[in-house]
Amino acid sequence: MTRELKFLQLREQKKDQLLQAMIDQVPYIKYLGVKFDRLGDELTAQLNFKKELIGNPAASALHGGAIGSFLEITAITELAWAINSKRVEKFSTTLNVKEDLIHPVSFVELPKTIDFTIDYLKVGLSTDAYARAMVNRVGRRYASVSVTSWQFDRNKPFAQALGHFLMPSQENE
Amino acid sequence: MSKKNKSSSDLEVPLHVRDFFNNLPFSKYLNLNLEEMGKGIAKMSLPYDKNLVGDPSTGVIHGGVVTTLLDSCCGAAVMSYGTPKIPTATIDLRIDYMRPASPGQTLVATAKCYRVTTNVVFVRATAHDGVKETPVASATGAFTPTF
Repeated sequence: MTRELKFLQLREQKKDQLLQAMIDQVPYIKYLGVKFDRLGDELTAQLNFKKELIGNPAASALHGGAIGSFLEITAITELAWAINSKRVEKFSTTLNVKEDLIHPVSFVELPKTIDFTIDYLKVGLSTDAYARAMVNRVGRRYASVSVTSWQFDRNKPFAQALGHFLMPSQENE
Repeated sequence: MSKKNKSSSDLEVPLHVRDFFNNLPFSKYLNLNLEEMGKGIAKMSLPYDKNLVGDPSTGVIHGGVVTTLLDSCCGAAVMSYGTPKIPTATIDLRIDYMRPASPGQTLVATAKCYRVTTNVVFVRATAHDGVKETPVASATGAFTPTF
């Protein structure tokens, strides 16, 4: 195995570790049942349907709070991911590739929500939902993130949101 | 639903209405509690639970939980005008997080409909963790009427 290949593999491993750590550390993500898929730098959140998420039993519709929670989790994770995955790249290029220098990630400081506006476009049905967030801007102190979520067709979202966040302190830089 | 309850307080919730709200699956999952409801006003509480934590370093409840509390409370305020058999739908909801909720404290939300039209009900709500003067979060929303 070439040195270069080994380096890239380790970096990807480190990124997977980072994402997993970010998700595992938050009890509410697990309680709600949100999962994340990573393809390159793109994250997709998935909310697996369960009957506990229903807010309107007559229509079997998802609770507005469950949808809002799902969107906020997606936004925060995307933002934390955007900040920290870049750090992994920066961090690993400045080091000689030695496995023991790539520390396991245990805890990631998360951005704090300032405000969050949810646009409920249509009823959330009793099936899995997906969401992707986009970081509109990251500054030193504030960030703006939008989220879209859909169920059957990505082009027909059922809820969207826009949030502003306070960035975590970056004492290591 | 008749807006006049037989009980002394206008905001006291009849048992079947309370059951309806508290037994909605997601409300039950987070342990939401309807405390008062009537004439476009509602009050709800949510006890602290470790499963609802969003910031592991401080033990602070996740913003999504606060959103759920405020959304539900606004919904109850809207439905205090109509029959609780028809739930309202949220059109839009904005939450401002003013400060982190103290870990371990029960959250209490109050919502008030400040403008009611035939097609839209405009609602405001705030949530606090014991100290009313310094709310944890506030919300502004538009809901579909149920009457």
